[in-house]
Amino acid sequence: MTDAVAAAGPLRRLAGTLHRRPRLRLSLLLSAPLLWLVLAYLGSLAALFLSAFWTTDSFTSEVVKVWSTDNFEALLTESLYRQVALRSVGVALAVTALCAVIAFPIAFYTARVARPRWRPLLVVAILTPLWASYLVKVYAWRLILSEGGPLDWALRPFGLSGPGYGLTATVLVLTYLWLPYMILPIHAGLEQLPDGLLDASADLGAGTGRTFRSVVLPLVLPSVAAGSVFTFSLSLGDYITVQIVGGKTQLIGNLVYSNVTLNLPLAAAVGTVPVVVIVLYLLAVRRTGALRSL
Amino acid sequence: MQGMAIRLQGLSKTYGRTEAVSGVDLEIADGEFFSMLGPSGSGKTTVLRMIAGFEAPTSGTVALAGRDVTRLAPFERDVHTVFQDYALFPHMTVEQNVAYALKVRKVPKAERRDRVREALARVRLDGFGARRPSQLSGGQRQRVALARALVGRPRVLLLDEPLGALDLKLREQMQIELKAIQREVGITFVFVTHDQEEALTMSDRLAVFQQGRIEQTGTPAEIYERPATRFVAGFVGTSNLLEGQAAEQVVGSPGTYSIRPEKIRVLKESATADEPEHSTATGTVAEVVYLGDATRFLVDLDAGGRLTALQQNLETSSEDVAAYRGARVRLLWHDRHTFRVPAPR
Repeated sequence: MTDAVAAAGPLRRLAGTLHRRPRLRLSLLLSAPLLWLVLAYLGSLAALFLSAFWTTDSFTSEVVKVWSTDNFEALLTESLYRQVALRSVGVALAVTALCAVIAFPIAFYTARVARPRWRPLLVVAILTPLWASYLVKVYAWRLILSEGGPLDWALRPFGLSGPGYGLTATVLVLTYLWLPYMILPIHAGLEQLPDGLLDASADLGAGTGRTFRSVVLPLVLPSVAAGSVFTFSLSLGDYITVQIVGGKTQLIGNLVYSNVTLNLPLAAAVGTVPVVVIVLYLLAVRRTGALRSL
Repeated sequence: MQGMAIRLQGLSKTYGRTEAVSGVDLEIADGEFFSMLGPSGSGKTTVLRMIAGFEAPTSGTVALAGRDVTRLAPFERDVHTVFQDYALFPHMTVEQNVAYALKVRKVPKAERRDRVREALARVRLDGFGARRPSQLSGGQRQRVALARALVGRPRVLLLDEPLGALDLKLREQMQIELKAIQREVGITFVFVTHDQEEALTMSDRLAVFQQGRIEQTGTPAEIYERPATRFVAGFVGTSNLLEGQAAEQVVGSPGTYSIRPEKIRVLKESATADEPEHSTATGTVAEVVYLGDATRFLVDLDAGGRLTALQQNLETSSEDVAAYRGARVRLLWHDRHTFRVPAPR
């Protein structure tokens, strides 16, 4: 004991003090990031919400700090906003569903069928599209989807043509963009699924389909929900893809974007819609226990 | 012991270039409690997995109740398994776990409920049906796994080291219960274990595995008293071999011989040794191990080699025992306990 005390420099003494005071330790650890989180994230959200209650001078487009709930009333009463909000949620749900359906077989292959030593490489391969710029990929799709473009050309022998620019194209491209975010959690979920459970199910008489429905799917569902948090919120917030391949389609993001310069308070009010939708979605997902596997 | 529940013929399994199981022939009768005993990596679990259908044999056949099932999937075989890690479905309650096999087979709901209740009662888990596996202790999970496998009334129940994860007391208790349940339901049990004591106490017959082969098949007494190979002599019970020069001097002929430690009496060196049909050897006590109910003597023989002798502590106590270290003793045993161990192949 005397040796330890003798060897104690100021740093060691500080470490000792921290060891004895868990609260001090915790506050030193978290105060800086918490400050950042509160100011930068919650602060900006609060500012957004507050400015939504202001109004605009219709001549100068300048923000007038007069309190009113006009913007929210407009959101609720004007059918344009309702339509766009519903369309955006619909697009986000469609993208999420498509991603889940496409991601599951791929993740099943990378996590359970492929040889173990190939699996990390396959995961890297799934991630590679994320290394390319978002804009490059979306413009590439603009080319693919253009009239007489590669997709039309490929479909022509079947007597079909591509969807052209529009809502379908938007869903398609968003699905492509966010697919890795769905594959990865499902891959992780399937990888953690013990072989023994599949053996046990087969041993008790269940065929492949039954095992999938009764054992694999319920156990991997939280992973799918976790992936859907990414695909859903990323789709809901997107406004660039729809500008490039969406034709005249408008989503919430476009409304915000087009109102920012003309009517900032209205843009802020519109901007609260996806925030509310995503909070509701997260609450729904939490019930599946998915947030624990994020 | 009417028909054959399981017949394995020339069963082999190779992974890449390693041969996990090579040429296993085995017959297990209906209603038998059969153990497959061996060290880890001896191929016993692989054989079990081939019977269940999780692994396809490289060559050879598996027949269940006279029907060749070698190429059938696990769900096409009338066999259920209790897994080493229990493999309970974590997202189902105890009741749903146990009911799984019945639900898959579309047993009507009312019958299903009765049979699940009966199975849970049999493993003394009444009232636990609504719990999740994560809310159970290791011993309780083990029982759920047993109930889940038994409820479908398979022809054969496979148990893959089912007691391995339990502590000693619980394991001994479960050994007795398992044996009782097996007698009650009359299903063939195939029990994989690396614990020789477990195999000896529970089985009607057992097979000793080493390096993918069966070394010996027989009743516990046959295996213990008359080990067929040097490996069996060493793996089942304490290795106690007389060989080479020592064998020539003590037994009177060359070869390798095995004597079980509890058959050997430890006497004073001066004791008379002219009892008929007995073998004797003198030596020095190298080590004494006090075991509570018994004492183990490790004796270096004058003829060479070392024998272990086990004595019940009928009168001796721990204080006396220490005094034996270094003492000169005479070992004495009946000739019928000396077994010639065949030379290794």
